Formats: sequence, C-alpha cells, structure tokens
Amino acid sequence: MIVFEKPKSLTDVPLHYCPGCTHGIVHRLVAEAIDELGIEGKTVGIAPVGCSVMAYDYFSCDMIEAAHGRAPAVATGVKRSDPDNLIVFTYQGDGDLASIGTAETVHAAARNENITVIFINNAIYGMTGGQMAPTSLPGQVTQTSPYGRDVKACGYPVKICEMLSELEGPEYLERVTVNNVANVRKAKKAIKKAFQNQIDGKGFSLVEVISSCPTNWGMTPKEALKWIDDNMIPYYPLGVYKDRSAGILGGKKED
Amino acid sequence: MAKVTFREDECKGCGLCVDACPKGILQLSKDKINKKGHHPAECAKPEECIGCASCAIMCPDCIITVER
Repeated sequence: MIVFEKPKSLTDVPLHYCPGCTHGIVHRLVAEAIDELGIEGKTVGIAPVGCSVMAYDYFSCDMIEAAHGRAPAVATGVKRSDPDNLIVFTYQGDGDLASIGTAETVHAAARNENITVIFINNAIYGMTGGQMAPTSLPGQVTQTSPYGRDVKACGYPVKICEMLSELEGPEYLERVTVNNVANVRKAKKAIKKAFQNQIDGKGFSLVEVISSCPTNWGMTPKEALKWIDDNMIPYYPLGVYKDRSAGILGGKKED
Repeated sequence: MAKVTFREDECKGCGLCVDACPKGILQLSKDKINKKGHHPAECAKPEECIGCASCAIMCPDCIITVER
C-alpha cells in the first residue's frame, strides 16, 4: 500500500528551486490540500513574481501569472467573476506580498475577499540574489546590508500576520513553519483550513509560512532549518493570529 | 514490509530526508551522480525502514514514494 506519493495536483515538471529550498514542501502541501478537498477542477492559482514565479508550471490546476505584488487584486477579480464555483488562491513570497504588494494584501484583507493567500516568508529576496527584504531581521546580513540590517536606516521588519490581525476584515491568519516533520504537519493543517474556509464562504484566509533560503543565507539546507528555529521564530512567533469562527479575534491583547 | 523509493534523477542532494529519518538509514550516495550532477539520496539499510514517511514529508522536491 502506498502511504506517500507525489500529489496529483502537482505536475511532473521538476522544480527549479535550489537544493533544500522549502518552497517545494509548501507547493506539495498546497497540492495535497487541493487533492484532499477534491477541488482541483475548479481551483485557480495566482502565481507571484519572485522565486515562485514559475509556480504555474508546477500546479496542475488553472494558474494565472500576476504583475509583481498584484496577486490578491487578480485573485479578487477572478473570485468575483464566479464566486459560487471558483476556488482562488495566491502563492506569494515576502518580496511580493510584504513589499511591492502590501497595499493589495491589506485591502484584500480589509474587504474580507473570499480568497486563500499562501505567504512564504524567508526574510530575503531570493530570486534577485539575496538583497534585504522588508521582512529581513534586524542585524541580518544580506547582499545590500553587508554589516547587518541597520534598523536606524532601514526600519524594522514588517510582521504581516500581526499587522493584518488589527483589521476587522480577515477571517483567518496563521503563521506556521516547515523546518521539521511536526511543523510540516501543522502547516498542512493550516493550509487545508485556509482552503476549507474559502469553500465555506468565510472569507480572507492567509497562512504565513516561515521558510528557508539556504543559498542566499549562505548555509547548508540543514543549517538553514536550524536558523529558522534560532532566529526567525523568536522574531516571528508561530500561532493563530486570527480565527473569527473560533473566537480568536486578534487586535490589541488585554494584559 | 516498508519500502522507500527515490526518483534519483530529480534529487538535488539537499540531505533533508537524511536528517529527518528517525532510523538514520538514509544517506547521500557516495559513488553515484545523477543527471543534475548531485549525489542522490538512497536507503542504506532498506530492511530497517519502518515506512514512517518522515523523509518524504521533508523532501522539497517530492521525489520519495513510501509503501508499507
């Protein structure tokens, strides 16, 4: 009996990502969620600009390539064209969603558009060669911050889940990671829930996945997963930031 | 009996499966090189595999099939 094989919603095209890049794991989780919910035939994915720009080659559902950062806007249009039948998801990195596309993201969340957003946060611009991103950690060494990110000059990282949880709009916001088997299983659950929310018509669901970039962090894949534990998670705490149906409303916490 | 198979030519030799295996029976091949130019992952002691699929769960390129 086969207990694990490549999900049907992934094509046979070999992924172009660097060795050890966790994009591949998240691609698989999205495909597994689509398979398990049986929605491949009516799903439309919106590919971003960034490392995952060629996601349209890897998913076997319909895919659209959006201009840089505009995936939530494209997703809004697609979803509103046939809200009862289509399932629409965007797959975006931090350079796409948290930088050039912040406006689209915030307003799609504020409008509670009934779409699913998969947000890959690896704290660096991977495709263009490892420049500092809005999500790079304070002190993080990148190509454009060789002495470490100086918060006096460059400001502080953007915490998307915390920021969006202040809004009335979004239904579901969760931050997960994929740096070990247990966390991958939790991430799978979150991604599936984000799709289920859309099927149930609950509204905007965003899953932020803390990912690694071994190539541009200058580490081996194993060291990069450890670096997530040591550096990323303390700054970007995992957890559910908003889940309206479950009564987790986000916003300012009472002390 | 559990069985783990790798589509060797798609392996990038990142080694995440090797670290994920609770039995420590996976390794990157020392003498094989695949068409991408990497040392592909392989199972050194197939008889000890318990079919937990931890390797497949961590594989970024989805090249592992697990049977039990």
